[in-house]
Amino acid sequence: MADALLPMPTELTSFINEWKVKPGNLIMVLHKVQEHYGYIPQEVAVEVSKILEIPLAKIYGVATFYHLFSFKKPGKHKIAVCLGTACYLKGAQDLLDEIDAIIGCKAGEVSSDEKFSVDAVRCIGCCGLAPVLTIDGKVFGCVTADHMAGIIAPYQNDEVN
Amino acid sequence: MAITCKIDGIDVCVADGTSILNAAKEVGLKIPALCYHPDLDAWAACGICVVKMKGSPKLIRACAVPVENGKEYITRDAELVDARKAVLQLILSNHPNDCLLCGRSGNCELQTMAADFGIREQPFAENFEPLERDESTTSLVLNPEKCIKCGRCVLVCQKLQGVYALEFIGRGEKTRLAPAADVKLADSPCIKCGQCSAHCPVGAIYEKDETAKVFEALTNSEKHCVVQIAPAVRVALGEAFGLESGELLTGKMYAALRRLGFDKVFDTNFAADLTIMEEGTEFIHRFTQAPQELPLITSCCPAWVDYMEKYANDLIPNFSTCKSPQQMEGAMIKTYYAQKAGIDPKNIVVVSVMPCTAKKFEVQANDDMSSVLKGVQDVDIAITTRELARMIKQAGIDILSLKEEEVDPLLGTYTGAGTIFGVTGGVMEAALRTAVAKITGKELGKVELDAPRGMDGVKSAELDVGGKKVRIGVAHGMVNIEKVLNEVRAAKKAGKELPYHFIEVMACRGGCIGGGGQPHGATDEVRAKRTAGMYKDDEISKIRCSHNNPEILAAYKDFLVEPNSHKSHELLHRKYNKRPVYNK
Repeated sequence: MADALLPMPTELTSFINEWKVKPGNLIMVLHKVQEHYGYIPQEVAVEVSKILEIPLAKIYGVATFYHLFSFKKPGKHKIAVCLGTACYLKGAQDLLDEIDAIIGCKAGEVSSDEKFSVDAVRCIGCCGLAPVLTIDGKVFGCVTADHMAGIIAPYQNDEVN
Repeated sequence: MAITCKIDGIDVCVADGTSILNAAKEVGLKIPALCYHPDLDAWAACGICVVKMKGSPKLIRACAVPVENGKEYITRDAELVDARKAVLQLILSNHPNDCLLCGRSGNCELQTMAADFGIREQPFAENFEPLERDESTTSLVLNPEKCIKCGRCVLVCQKLQGVYALEFIGRGEKTRLAPAADVKLADSPCIKCGQCSAHCPVGAIYEKDETAKVFEALTNSEKHCVVQIAPAVRVALGEAFGLESGELLTGKMYAALRRLGFDKVFDTNFAADLTIMEEGTEFIHRFTQAPQELPLITSCCPAWVDYMEKYANDLIPNFSTCKSPQQMEGAMIKTYYAQKAGIDPKNIVVVSVMPCTAKKFEVQANDDMSSVLKGVQDVDIAITTRELARMIKQAGIDILSLKEEEVDPLLGTYTGAGTIFGVTGGVMEAALRTAVAKITGKELGKVELDAPRGMDGVKSAELDVGGKKVRIGVAHGMVNIEKVLNEVRAAKKAGKELPYHFIEVMACRGGCIGGGGQPHGATDEVRAKRTAGMYKDDEISKIRCSHNNPEILAAYKDFLVEPNSHKSHELLHRKYNKRPVYNK
């Protein structure tokens, strides 16, 4: 059972109140919210709108502009496939297709069992290992579609938490 | 400081800060643009207005760059035309080309520009996917497929109206102009003012068309169809038929409505006079006997009522309980007129022609809008000026060649005070004409009041009424109201004397003449002409004050008894509800 989203923890509200008076506060606050919840829940966005006295529309305008922010609850494990130039040329799209075939989840989506979320990301800075993907921050390099099932299996079978 | 420069070799002298686009306009050069609108700050989204400065290789956007002293600008050469064409073709590659099926066909800014530039080929592959329309409100339709992302609607909604219903969602080619949090427009803070639709250059936002429903009622022999026309319609309808803005079309409009098949042609201006009787009495009562209920705030504008119920509901007690003239006229048609004519109100269909998209929302805003028959609206269908123009054209009525006709008596005769309801400050002026006469017991020598007139966002004045000071405030353009309300809130909180006793609010810039349902192309220039038309209608009226309208006097004598009577309260007054800004 997930924790209730509201009220926000004191740590978060005191952060927001501290930033309330500073110009350009919205992005900082949204970062903190996403850091805490893993995404920006709608009811929290409404609360932030009230505290900062910024219309909800503006919050959505900013948060949908930047790729980093998400309004969707992420899966338990986050798969990020690099689609930077090198990875793309070395077949990263095949990896995304294979992931979709295995867990039924395309880039930008969360699997129906909420176990995985898949993202296509820009260069993660290790082109020598292209194509590269990360799962919960762990890097897998020189991956081919054949490797995918083996890489995902431990997460699927809850061998990795 | 004045800036002197040359544009296409012509000397131009303009004020410092004038954009190249506006400086060019001074010397008769119209630089094409799709995102720029004189109501809004330039923000250089479309890229059509590119020009060159001599000595610089760059293309600059004329809407957003101010002219510089001594510089020379070029607004057209082969390279600029090619650049503009390429931008247009790129926009067209994202825009469905089913123009014949689009409501803006014929007055679409994109279509017109493509024609002007002689676009005959499309070098770019089509790049658009089907997107769902938002038809959740009864007033407006959002069609994101047609959107060219010029951003006018978002800027209008946020900067002119302060409503923040629309925002840019996403980025790049995936950008949508939509409410936040994936809610539908009906669940968003939208007040249905329709300024987005009035400013949209293409067919991405438009009024919900109800002309078919009106035609259906008109051809139903069992229905008795009665029409009423709002003040501001008569100074703008002509634009749809090639007339100058502001030209009064009252008599020809009555004639055209009869040709369309309406059994009775009444006028909302009559109900504007009725509103003055009710609201004026309400004001005199509060001013003389119940100062704790001041200021009195006008309630004729349905977009403002919607805004107040969501954003300013702490002030509900200060709201006039008067219904808007549209609703008063509807209730009077289905009671007073129905009785006099011996017609069962169940068989009456009331159609109103309004300069406003929010009026479509108002007709079913709450139970008070169905005050005559339970579950049946007092006004059945509200159409906009734009829809009436289409109906007249569709029916093949050559309105300009028609002889002027008179309005039907009983609920049609109006005074100069009633007609100026269509312009900012008009409700205030009309109310004061009557209130001053009632309080002092003397008719005004000069009925025109200067204080409420003009285009300032907030107008305020202190008037001497029979030795007492009456402080008035008039706001138009929704973004301007918050300042006025905050002054009231601050004074109340501090226990200080009120800054205003009587406040008039109209959501749209210029008042109803600039309404969201008026013919497209409103700018301050157009608004000024329409305003002049309204004041002219006032000047040529034989009677200038609502309390001297003989049909009003008869309605009270024969039916309503007196202003704010029990019957008036049943039919002509309403309640307000506190509502959340977002429904979900």
